[in-house]
Amino acid sequence: MSILHLAVKSLSNRKTTALLTIFSIAISVALLLGVERVRVEARNSFTSTVSGTDLVVGARSSSLNLLLYSVFHLGNATNNITWETYQELSSNKAVAWTIPIALGDSHQGYRVVGTAQTLFEHFRFGDDQPISFKNGKPFDDLYDAVIGSEVAAVLGYQAGQEIVLSHGVESRSLQTHQDKPFRISGVLKPTGTPMDRVVMISLEGIEALHIDWVNGAAPNALFSVSADRARLMDLQPSSITAYFVGLKSRVAAFRYQRAVNEYRQEALTAILPGVALGELWQLVGSAEKALLAVSVMVVIAGLVGMLTTILTSLNERRREMAILRSVGARPWHIFTLMMTESLIYAITGTLLGFLLMYGMLFAIQPVLQMQLGLHITIALPGMFEWILAVAIVISATILGAVPAWRAYKNSLADGLTVRL
Amino acid sequence: MSSLGQPVIHLKDVQFGWQPGTVVLDIPELLIHQGEKVFIRGPSGSGKTTLLGLLGGVLTPVAGVVSVLRNDIGRFSPARRDHFRANHIGFIFQMFNLIPYLSVVDNVTLPLGFASKRRENVQSMGVDARQEAIRLLNHLELTDPQLLQRPVTELSIGQQQRVAAARALIGRPDLVIADEPTSALDSDTREAFIRLLFAECEAAGSTLVFVSHDSALEALFDRSVALNETNRASQYRPLGQPEVV
Repeated sequence: MSILHLAVKSLSNRKTTALLTIFSIAISVALLLGVERVRVEARNSFTSTVSGTDLVVGARSSSLNLLLYSVFHLGNATNNITWETYQELSSNKAVAWTIPIALGDSHQGYRVVGTAQTLFEHFRFGDDQPISFKNGKPFDDLYDAVIGSEVAAVLGYQAGQEIVLSHGVESRSLQTHQDKPFRISGVLKPTGTPMDRVVMISLEGIEALHIDWVNGAAPNALFSVSADRARLMDLQPSSITAYFVGLKSRVAAFRYQRAVNEYRQEALTAILPGVALGELWQLVGSAEKALLAVSVMVVIAGLVGMLTTILTSLNERRREMAILRSVGARPWHIFTLMMTESLIYAITGTLLGFLLMYGMLFAIQPVLQMQLGLHITIALPGMFEWILAVAIVISATILGAVPAWRAYKNSLADGLTVRL
Repeated sequence: MSSLGQPVIHLKDVQFGWQPGTVVLDIPELLIHQGEKVFIRGPSGSGKTTLLGLLGGVLTPVAGVVSVLRNDIGRFSPARRDHFRANHIGFIFQMFNLIPYLSVVDNVTLPLGFASKRRENVQSMGVDARQEAIRLLNHLELTDPQLLQRPVTELSIGQQQRVAAARALIGRPDLVIADEPTSALDSDTREAFIRLLFAECEAAGSTLVFVSHDSALEALFDRSVALNETNRASQYRPLGQPEVV
């Protein structure tokens, strides 16, 4: 009878503790794998909040600030870009398309983004995914609005509903654009990006809202322009907040960036969104490292639990070892038997952990995709997973040597007769 | 009584002590021949455990020669002594002889996994390990096929001891050492067990060394040795002092 056979039979004789030990290792392994997977996916998702856009251009400021207000709609722009400058820079030969954005208004705490139809055509996020509609269609009329999935879910809005926008971005704005209500033309699918939390209207819509405003103040009744009259007026905006650029060739990115940064008439900054997002993740991403460290600790706890289980079983198994010795087992057979036991714990625990993790991924993937727009790819075990599996088996071998050595010494001291 | 065969066990001027200066075993001479069934009467404190340790090659003498099958096993390396024990000696202990998580048959065939010579002995009989185990069990009057499937922990003590005897006998070891194998049995089953053991030892050609404090069984054996007379150390140590284990 082989040592492996003996070890398996011996373990199955102590089913409850053996299964609990294996299960605790499996849970710790699944936790660590899951945390790592979510960590990687969260980083990927974050750094691809904007993809396919080569540059983001705004008034001169730090790249982080520009990124925060243009992509995440956090904080405010230091200045605007004049319409003329935007026209000139976007007619550069290297430029394939641009998406202008104008910020400054809000609705129930959600930012209103004035933009152009090019957004629905060219904006990409994540793994080169375009914006798609849960229902409805892009804005078409002057008073049409497209809302993000979170806006729709939280406020309970549907396509066709009318909403009133507020002036300014404070969550409880005092001034509203009551005279010019908007109709929701479409609701976006979840993206897992700031796009879920915006109300999008056309640049002309933004202009129409403010056509009768003077120096940032609401008009009095005498000078106010009705919604229908505004339609007939010239609605070309005088400025925008920032714009996204897609180039014909990526190679031109640095040249275009320099052209923007050195533009004479206006002080501007152009950033590469991927680089800026990476820098931002460095700032906010330290929590995920802490989470990973905690998961590693849990795996260590699982392995120490295994060591405890084996060590406590040693005393009650001294007779078993003595019997094995009396039928001819050498002390190193006893050592191997104990090592085999540790390895069985570690290998089946790790395998079960992988199964648990993949099972959980398959279960929660659709939920995450639907609720948070966070897409988790389910792939075969990669480098990290293999290294982890090997590390656990090596650790178990090292830890398992402790009880194995004790059993070896015991069996030498006890010989063939243990009287308990 | 048959004529004496080759010496199987020969102890000459053997001394053993756990610490230098103390002697728990001091045997000038002990000779056991092939095919003999020897009763060693050993009350507690007579050095019984130590003697078994020496014969099994778990202990080595401080002085003198322990010769088993004409091998001076005291001079063997520990690994070689282990090999030697596995190949040539079958043990039966007082109780709790069996591995609780193995089946009856697996318990009996267990030594074959560690002893190549006994494995070859079984093969040379033209049967596999399982068949040989069942044959031995049948000879020891464990014939119920259902019984053989049951966990060993559900067997009675008498049945367990017969399984242990089958395990000691499998592969025809040259020497079977039984250490108080009957002390947990009642007097009826005790004698029946010994007769079965005798029959199987004769069939296998194994020498039997039977150690017990129960002199009632003495008459059944070819010969008996009183350990406290043979062991000079037990005479200069007061009886009743705890035996060193």
